[in-house]
Amino acid sequence: MKIQLTINDRPHSVDVDPDTPLLWVLRETLGMTGTKFGCGMALCGACSVHLDGELVRACARPVGSIGGKRITTIEGLDGSAIGRAVQQAWIDLDVVQCGWCQPGQCMAAANLIATHPQPTDADIDAGLSGNLCRCGTYPRIRAAVHRAAELARRGGGA
Amino acid sequence: MRLSDWGGSPLAATLGIALAATALAVPKESVPPAGGDPARSRAAFAEIAQVLRHPRCIACHTVTDFPRQGTELRPHDMNVRRGADNHGVTAMRCASCHTDANQDSGVPGAPHWALAPLSMGWEGLDDHQLAEALKDRAKNGNRSLEDTLRHFAEDPLVGWAWQPGGDRQPPPISRQELVRLLREWIDTGAYGGQP
Repeated sequence: MKIQLTINDRPHSVDVDPDTPLLWVLRETLGMTGTKFGCGMALCGACSVHLDGELVRACARPVGSIGGKRITTIEGLDGSAIGRAVQQAWIDLDVVQCGWCQPGQCMAAANLIATHPQPTDADIDAGLSGNLCRCGTYPRIRAAVHRAAELARRGGGA
Repeated sequence: MRLSDWGGSPLAATLGIALAATALAVPKESVPPAGGDPARSRAAFAEIAQVLRHPRCIACHTVTDFPRQGTELRPHDMNVRRGADNHGVTAMRCASCHTDANQDSGVPGAPHWALAPLSMGWEGLDDHQLAEALKDRAKNGNRSLEDTLRHFAEDPLVGWAWQPGGDRQPPPISRQELVRLLREWIDTGAYGGQP
């Protein structure tokens, strides 16, 4: 079935079963491998993307259910000032260890800052609690979210 | 090909899609006897209460700041929080993972998936308290008894309890039987338990 998608402000047409998870379409059909496969059961957050600005797990989202909603992936994070602030903060604080979970962490952070311009530790802990990091970079993630929020309030990242 | 075919856990691969439950017809009112029939009404409610206390219902009709999960009703994995609108908090909304239908991945889903408001928290209530909670407009979403009956008969999120997907168990009586019992409970005076 032909399905039209808008990903990172660009139109895409894919011919897939509508039950196919969005993650599969992104990685295997479109070759956009920035979004990671972690658990396939919406348990880890590695596959987080934005749908019309809301954070969703791409592994648990049938592509046929997306309709005209705009999809933003890690490849399109720099399309917004908040996204650029998140990228800069992650670089400044050298957050990444193995890196597998980090695209999802960044997407969650951008979503959180969009609605909480000055998030507290509690906001960060609650908002990012579904994004797991086996390397245990949580303290750096939390610090980077604060840093990204500060950069965004000042007008964005680099 | 689906995700479960290429990388989900074996459990995920075995889980099928459960379709949203079909709404049931609401039985017509019968003429209640004067003063009702307390014994019959309480007997009907005792069966209704088994459903209200079932994990498929209580998991989201909590009195806590979080939903519950599983037959053992543990706090929802990933430290999921209730949030101001009962739909979670930013970046951890119910809809971040749950959609309108059960997924092959094992994630359950139904339309307007969310926690019931705290006013509709049923944890720890005895039969009498449950019956009063169903009748009290301040605790039941400002519903009349007929509205409440329609909610049980027609709401697709309520219906999900009988098509929960995976190895989740539905309540001990059918939705059709629940609706019949609710009709009987209402028509016999809506008594429940002993005050």
